[in-house]
Amino acid sequence: MKKIIFALMLLLSSVQLFAQSNDVEMADALRSNGKIYVVVICIVIILVGLLIYLFSLDKRLKKIEKKSSDKN
Amino acid sequence: MNKIWWKILGSVLVLYTAIAGLLSGVPHLAILNETIRNLYFHVPMWFAMLTLFSISVFYSVKYLLYGKESDDIRAIESVNVGIIFSILGLITGAVWAKFTWGQFWSFDVKQNFTAVAILLYFAYLVLRNAIDEQQKRAKISAIYNIFAFPMMVVLIMVLPRLSDSLHPGNGGNPGFNSYDLDSRMRAVLYPAFIGWSIIGYWIYTIRFRIRTIENKQNS
Repeated sequence: MKKIIFALMLLLSSVQLFAQSNDVEMADALRSNGKIYVVVICIVIILVGLLIYLFSLDKRLKKIEKKSSDKN
Repeated sequence: MNKIWWKILGSVLVLYTAIAGLLSGVPHLAILNETIRNLYFHVPMWFAMLTLFSISVFYSVKYLLYGKESDDIRAIESVNVGIIFSILGLITGAVWAKFTWGQFWSFDVKQNFTAVAILLYFAYLVLRNAIDEQQKRAKISAIYNIFAFPMMVVLIMVLPRLSDSLHPGNGGNPGFNSYDLDSRMRAVLYPAFIGWSIIGYWIYTIRFRIRTIENKQNS
């Protein structure tokens, strides 16, 4: 009986080792499809940045518009 | 039109097309390969340009009818932004052409005629700068603009279709929409048209407001 359990334990541990050596890369979501998601993130960051900048420009312009309409 | 909702709508549409344009499925075509995704970014530039030039013509006509100075400023500022979009479209097109047709500029009919169309609008800017008197400048440039617009449309949309061109949809070259442009691509391309047009319109309103304040301070 002991022998069988020992053999089973060895087998299980080897299975685990096998699994580990195959799965070195974790969190694969961003690395799949040739890492295209990284490019997507960069483009989105640039676009979001530019759009936020546009919004802030709009806001500043609104302030200036208010000022100049107060003067006249 | 000073409300914020349409600006957010434009931003969301542009972001959606950037994400979906890179990740959604596309038809597998030889030579084009993944560059078919450029359709989502290159063509909307031209669509935004057309939108802005249409706005410009609308205000030029309005200026000739009512003679309000603000309409003249609207016409010139929308042309200014439209030219930026056309240059972006030309450059992205050249880069795309380098990797599919082999050259940045292969003297394709559509490439040549769009360059001429952009020159037409450069001439509009030069014409404006050449006249000092405000009312004369507004009237002459409005008339020029009304003639330039249909010429631009003919140069970009009509003439290339009559002769052989490397662009799809011209000459013997079948268009994207005949068999390639499936529903997956339409779901990205049309929002891109709307989104980039809204962004272009937004930049135009900012330019218009700046110009109005400048004019106020100068007078």
